[in-house]
Amino acid sequence: MLTLDCPYCGLAKDETELSYGGEAHLKRHGPGSSAAEMEEYLFTRENPKGLHFERWRCSAGCGKWFHAARCTVTMEVFGTYAAQTFEPPAEIKKAITAKRPGWTWRNFQ
Amino acid sequence: MKRYSVFAVAKEAFRQHKGWDRAWANPEPKKEYEAIIIGAGGHGLATAYYLGKNFGITNVAVIEKGWLGGGNTGRNTTIIRSNYLQDPSAAIYEKARSLYEGLSQDLNYNIMFSPRGVIMLAQTQHEIRGYKRTAYANQLQGVKTEWIEPKRVKELVPIMNIEGPRYPVLGGLWQARGGTARHDAVAWGYARACSDMGMHILQKTEVTGVTQENGQVTGVETSRGHIGCKKLGIVVAGHCSHVAEMAGFRLPVESVPLQALVSEPIKPCMDVVVMANTVHGYMSQSDKGEMVIGGGTDSFNGYHQRGSFHHLEETVRALVETFPMIARLKMLRHWGGIVDVTGDRSPILSDTPLGGCFINCGWGTGGFKAIPGSGWGFAELMAKGYSPLTADFGLNRFTEGRFIDESVAAGVAH
Repeated sequence: MLTLDCPYCGLAKDETELSYGGEAHLKRHGPGSSAAEMEEYLFTRENPKGLHFERWRCSAGCGKWFHAARCTVTMEVFGTYAAQTFEPPAEIKKAITAKRPGWTWRNFQ
Repeated sequence: MKRYSVFAVAKEAFRQHKGWDRAWANPEPKKEYEAIIIGAGGHGLATAYYLGKNFGITNVAVIEKGWLGGGNTGRNTTIIRSNYLQDPSAAIYEKARSLYEGLSQDLNYNIMFSPRGVIMLAQTQHEIRGYKRTAYANQLQGVKTEWIEPKRVKELVPIMNIEGPRYPVLGGLWQARGGTARHDAVAWGYARACSDMGMHILQKTEVTGVTQENGQVTGVETSRGHIGCKKLGIVVAGHCSHVAEMAGFRLPVESVPLQALVSEPIKPCMDVVVMANTVHGYMSQSDKGEMVIGGGTDSFNGYHQRGSFHHLEETVRALVETFPMIARLKMLRHWGGIVDVTGDRSPILSDTPLGGCFINCGWGTGGFKAIPGSGWGFAELMAKGYSPLTADFGLNRFTEGRFIDESVAAGVAH
């Protein structure tokens, strides 16, 4: 079972206490955007074999949304962080680099 | 190829069965093929077979990273049905189901198709309305299904407790001509027939890149060197995003593990397939006597081929309430496969931004039942550039908003 630390509660939560929210750091395209941008926002996900940035909600706890960096193959969790950010904080990037040197994700590295 | 028949068995019986050939060859790759299919699962092999049979294209290689039929073709719960709501889905799944009926004869390989009937249980008022609607839609589509009352469900499945306290059985959608088949045999039968037509099945050959020139595909880089081709079909289920990236385009697909399990073998107790979508479990009895049980997908992306344990608990808990006699069964094996799920839960059979490159993916949790129809349509698409079976399943439907929304129609198990 997947266990994640909620950065708000400060507690380790089992996946049955959490709800998954899909890919993190999506750019939301609003009115006036092109059909391709809307498709990108709605459907075209990264779906990597490896490092994945994702959203989780502490649904059986404090109820807040947070982000996690996880490997989809080994299920290793590199860290969790507050959702009020447009890109992963420096310490998360550092933790990932320690284990997956040379990683990239959309515009981040 | 030596034909399998009762006379062949009798003849071999007199000489210690020493005359059997290998079912398929294990050739060295050529420099170039007319068409390459990546992925020797059911869908990939069926595509190659119908390319040869229907369009005379036999200069074909099917490239497989592992061994043939070792992915989701060997991991599913073998259910075959075509009771879908939307017209494009009903057409391709019904094509598949009808091809399954004659497939053993067509391939000269016993795929053990057993049209034993499939019931989808209605356990809420919403499901009663939903399945009646599907039954009416199926009548218009020429797919034979019917709505049945709880009494008939009990007659068909005496071991079922239809008066469960939480979710009583209120009726069901019955497809008498649905059923099961031997999943490995489907892959093996197609492989044998492809090999007989002179196609190359290259196992243990990993594709590491796709080469292109002026927007046209020119071949693939593999662990056994570069292999050229004029047309490329990507048929790799859960790993389609990964291979599409090599070809330079992205897919509206997310990959998740789906789990299944089987019990110890017991005497025959249930001769139909039962699906319960509200409580989320489906079960059938294999010819060996094992109860074959399908579970749920993980909620989050994963390539780890195991899945979360609590999904098994939920599935088994629901099935024990519906089938009290299985409560003391021991479970023998449990496994997961990586399924590719699209935004509208319908597959993608499409041309791609790369010229000469086609993709067949997104079958999600319901690919096995579609294998012959998918291969038939995708082969036509690859050979002629258009197939009426696949026309509605293009990649562009996500840009244009023409979804084939089976996620609502099919519930979860599908």
